[in-house]
Amino acid sequence: MVNHLANIADPLPPAIRIDRLCFAYQAKPALHGVTLDLPARQVTAFIGPSGCGKTTLLRCFNRINDRIPGARITGGSIHIHGIDINRPDIDLQELRRRVGMVFQKYNPFPKSIYENVVYSLRLSGIRKRSQLDESAEAALRSAALWDEVKDRLHSSAMGLSGGQQQRLCIARAIVSQPDILLMDEPCAALDPIATLKIEELLHQLKEQFTIVIVTHNMAQATRCADHTAFMYLGKLVEFGPTLQIFQTPHDPQTLAYVTGSFG
Amino acid sequence: MHDPETLIRKGLPKGHFKDLAVRLMLGITTYCIVIIAALLFFKIIKDGVPVLFTAKAPFVDLGFLLDKNETLHVFDDAQGLRHQLPASQYSDYIKSHGEAPIYNEQTFSYSGGGIIGPIVGTALLTIGSMVLALFFGVSAAIYLSEYAKQSPFIHAVRIAILNLAGIPSIVFGLFGFSVFVLAVPVITSTPSDRSLLTLPLFIGDAVLSFQGWNSSLIAGCATLACMILPVIITASEESLRAVPQGFRDASLAMGATRWQTIRTCVLPFSMPGILTSSLLAITRVAGETAPIMFTAAVAAKDDLPWQALANPFDLLSSQVQALPYHIYTLAARIPASEYTQRAQYGSVFVFLILVATLSFGSMLLRAKLRAKLKW
Repeated sequence: MVNHLANIADPLPPAIRIDRLCFAYQAKPALHGVTLDLPARQVTAFIGPSGCGKTTLLRCFNRINDRIPGARITGGSIHIHGIDINRPDIDLQELRRRVGMVFQKYNPFPKSIYENVVYSLRLSGIRKRSQLDESAEAALRSAALWDEVKDRLHSSAMGLSGGQQQRLCIARAIVSQPDILLMDEPCAALDPIATLKIEELLHQLKEQFTIVIVTHNMAQATRCADHTAFMYLGKLVEFGPTLQIFQTPHDPQTLAYVTGSFG
Repeated sequence: MHDPETLIRKGLPKGHFKDLAVRLMLGITTYCIVIIAALLFFKIIKDGVPVLFTAKAPFVDLGFLLDKNETLHVFDDAQGLRHQLPASQYSDYIKSHGEAPIYNEQTFSYSGGGIIGPIVGTALLTIGSMVLALFFGVSAAIYLSEYAKQSPFIHAVRIAILNLAGIPSIVFGLFGFSVFVLAVPVITSTPSDRSLLTLPLFIGDAVLSFQGWNSSLIAGCATLACMILPVIITASEESLRAVPQGFRDASLAMGATRWQTIRTCVLPFSMPGILTSSLLAITRVAGETAPIMFTAAVAAKDDLPWQALANPFDLLSSQVQALPYHIYTLAARIPASEYTQRAQYGSVFVFLILVATLSFGSMLLRAKLRAKLKW
């Protein structure tokens, strides 16, 4: 727990800088002027009751919201490493290679484990077998899955357990060496043991990646996040080091939520 | 407190006889349908099996399957023996027996020989129309379900396509006749007299002439393809929608373009569904008479489609025989007699086997692919 304090003093510039962001699904606003700086190489958790906009905010970071008809940013901006990602001339494919995402429901393709992992490498046109093999092994090792699957890389990913499938999705997301890893309730569909493995994994992964995780599980936020943002009704209520949010929140709403009075 | 004894009924359950009557009536209706279908199949199989199968090896009358269709000659020779010979053997017989008289001669068109022509024609029509329909149908389905914004206009388009499926096939036949046979443009240096419009192309003496493809294999394929397009589009859209949204999300989130996503994460997983539904469409294409009777089919043809062609492309512009049209011709133009039964029931039986095999195959394929592709 001590290293939280050390991390807060980290001099790295923020990885994601959100400035007065407003977002709406058709006529229905979902985010109202969220301003937030997400520190690099740390785990930030978004907590809050259902419908508070935390997933919407997360999905703005790789612009995967674009494919929802009528969903759009109505004000403010998001800068990733200083670049406004909503500029019209942004290379969307490159942005998504730099900002990986893991979804709530694990969604490996019904292909082999190997083909799942190297999918994004194949997309970027890498053909060399040795390079693919090397990257796949590195990604699977980072996702703590290598030892479990090394003997059956070419069998279907559908034969893995839920926790393994989710770790495979993590391996798939980090194989192209993104800067930022977005996780949308990655443990929601998993049992406690599989959840524990993913949480342990987060501690290793944050050495390489900036991680943003949406979670409903407050204990999970305390276990793995360095910073926590509490959102409510589309607004950011409070953001700070995880310990402070859970032990000495400044805002009465945060206090009510983390002590279980509502939500 | 109620009296617990009321839980035990006295006499028969409530509504016992009504229930029994309804059950009986529904059962009888169901079995009536089964009996009618069974009688139909029994008749075709009873008369068809002796035509196609023989007692000796190879147990199948290959002649019926592989010979060309000919006119059947029936006559008595001087000894009073009855002969049934197809035209080619008949002329040999006449030559070899010279002056020997024959009596009671009767001829039956299309009733002798085998049915290789119609089988091959139906195969060509089916393959051609499925290629066309799959290409256009799958393209339209991808556009409708993956690219188009789901606006009221797109919904209207979708409903229009669904309605196309209800149009009688004879209407497609007439449409094909007026469009593909008479009106579509062709590039030629010698436009026909009845060309609707000719436009100069300024390449040599070639002109674009709106004169149609005539009655031909390609016109028939195009007409049949139009007829099953709605089926293919609807089935393909359903298969595309059955692919979990998560695959698209995952692929897009890894930096794939929309087309890359469709090509690698949507189409491959929906292909089994598209193909199995299309197999059912094949049985319709293979079985329709109305769309091809004005656009492609011919009752009698001496050569197989690929024989006697100046160049391979003429295959597309030649007419073909087809099984359903052959059955129609045999039924409508030839007075039924003991001599025509072989051709009539044989053709129907072969056709039935063909369609049953396709349906059964599609069912097996579907079950197999479903088991393999699970998510």
